[in-house]
Amino acid sequence: MAAIAPDNHGLRLVARYAVLILIAVIFIFPLIFMLMSSLKPDQQLLTDTESLRAFLPVGNISLDNYLAAFRRAPVGLFVFNSVLVTGLTVLLSLVVCSLAAFAFVFIDWRGRELVLTLILATLIVPFETIAIPLLLISANLPWIGLEGVTRGWLNSYQVQIVPFIADGLTIFLFVQYFKDLPGELIEAARVEGASWGQIYRKVVMPLAGPVLATAAILKFLTMYNQYLWPLMVVQQEQYRPVMVGLQYFFQLNRAWGEIMAYLSLITVPVLAFYLFLQRAFIASIASTGVKG
Amino acid sequence: MASKFIRSNRIGWLMAGPAALLMAIFVVLPFVFAIGLSFTNQRLISPNPTQFVGLANYEQLLGVGVLTLEPERDNAGAVIRDKSGALTYPALRSFTRNNADYPQYDGMREWFSFDMGESRVFLLGRDIVFLKAIVNTVIFVLVVAPVQGGLALGLALLINQRLRGINLFRAIYFMPVVVSIVVVSLLWRFIYDGNSGLLNNLLGAITFGAFPRIDWLGNPGTALGSIIAMSIWQAVGFHMVIWLSGLQTISPTLYEAAAIEGASPWQTFRYVTWPGLRNTAVLVLIVITMQAFSLFSQIDVMTGGGPLDSTQTIVFQAVERGYGKQDISGGSTISVVLFVIVLTISFIQRWLTREKK
Repeated sequence: MAAIAPDNHGLRLVARYAVLILIAVIFIFPLIFMLMSSLKPDQQLLTDTESLRAFLPVGNISLDNYLAAFRRAPVGLFVFNSVLVTGLTVLLSLVVCSLAAFAFVFIDWRGRELVLTLILATLIVPFETIAIPLLLISANLPWIGLEGVTRGWLNSYQVQIVPFIADGLTIFLFVQYFKDLPGELIEAARVEGASWGQIYRKVVMPLAGPVLATAAILKFLTMYNQYLWPLMVVQQEQYRPVMVGLQYFFQLNRAWGEIMAYLSLITVPVLAFYLFLQRAFIASIASTGVKG
Repeated sequence: MASKFIRSNRIGWLMAGPAALLMAIFVVLPFVFAIGLSFTNQRLISPNPTQFVGLANYEQLLGVGVLTLEPERDNAGAVIRDKSGALTYPALRSFTRNNADYPQYDGMREWFSFDMGESRVFLLGRDIVFLKAIVNTVIFVLVVAPVQGGLALGLALLINQRLRGINLFRAIYFMPVVVSIVVVSLLWRFIYDGNSGLLNNLLGAITFGAFPRIDWLGNPGTALGSIIAMSIWQAVGFHMVIWLSGLQTISPTLYEAAAIEGASPWQTFRYVTWPGLRNTAVLVLIVITMQAFSLFSQIDVMTGGGPLDSTQTIVFQAVERGYGKQDISGGSTISVVLFVIVLTISFIQRWLTREKK
């Protein structure tokens, strides 16, 4: 409970920290286990699970598992694919959704209310309920590429990117944020003869830092961790993201050390990114709950 | 609000157009398709033209029947007992296979049965695996929603203390949220392993070897529970943060007033904190419920629906049919069923948690 005055009395303080630390151990121990195991040969990894050695970098420590993981699967390619798909989707999503929100908040146009209501209504449709028909649609969509017009998006980058550019939550976040901006700023810019494009670029977007961070972080998390969708639409190794690449490891006879190395490899950068921007990450989740 | 800015249909559609078009193609259209396809026999790739089949997919998926069987009797009318003394019943098959007197049971299989007096009641289903998937998913939701929501609130209250280094603890509790559920699932397969699993070793160490080793994911009695525990561990930090943002909207002056009145910690929670969290509670409940109904990745990575269908779920079935068997119409039908369930539950939750006036 929110204590009004800091309560720092000996024993009670120790008890509080004991509880906090105990819970922290529960949350952190599997991740430590993953990291430590990735450094150990399989035999030692298995025997170490019988003691606290499982959580310590002891014994025969090396990076062999990482090298083996790279030999077993095109890990570099998977990482490249994930970074490309995630990066492009985040970028396009920020542009497309902020433009739409700008139109919803600052411009009066016919159909505005209806379109906004429809977009917000999609928030109650879980992606899982549209995934199967979306698979059929994606298999039949045309695409204009270097080879001319082709039909069918399966096994491509665009099938992993385009369907996720616009989404109800991102638009909702931008709309909420834009509504709270002072209208006088837009008025003033209008009086000075600025066009709508200029107001978007030079007045509104420079003020949108916090909501851009929030939207980017949420999109980043969903896109990087995508599993169901790429599992269905990408069979060719060439376009596989990291989460689907995992299949190379858990279908073959269990080389746990290599699995742990691969898991660490695809998780540690995200964790580092999170710890670095911890406040922004937590604020972004919190902001989805403020106005619900 | 908008009236004070200039009206322009052209610019409005120009700016909102890309997002509206994308959402129309990739959200609204598939949603409409799901409903339409559920009345057809569409496959992903098929030489035959698609046909309209009416409600056949729904009947195939959700068809259930109840059949009560009397024990077999001899000519004198006394019940026949087998060697162990149990009552004997006519073969179920004689009712569900080509029996012209009972066309409604044709093709059904036993879901479960129970005794009532001397007779035995059989619950039959056309698609036992899917019925199990619905039950498992509902159990998952019914356990995860209150437990995860409650634990998240507990953590939020714990983290809302003014202590040195509290931000570090908040960061740690939230950490599993940023890790992919696929990674977490694979990691926990190792923890739940029947031989060298960490959980077995831990329980063994605490009880000095008295606790038997359990193959947590390979045992129909423990598999779903294990997945529930892991799912809560992964996602509880997410909802902790949402509770926390709710807690921070409660005015400190209310707590000061409670302290002056000499309220106990429980009274403070009951009369100050909880009423202030009303809206947050509704949101947390609905978000957890929607996420829980979408249970898929954990199942795909950890058990594949087994053992003995004890971890089948609705979405796992939708994917297995729609993608695995390329039966788009079957998968779409499951999607529509799921959507109807989610919508119904969220309406019920909104109704139960409505402002009482």
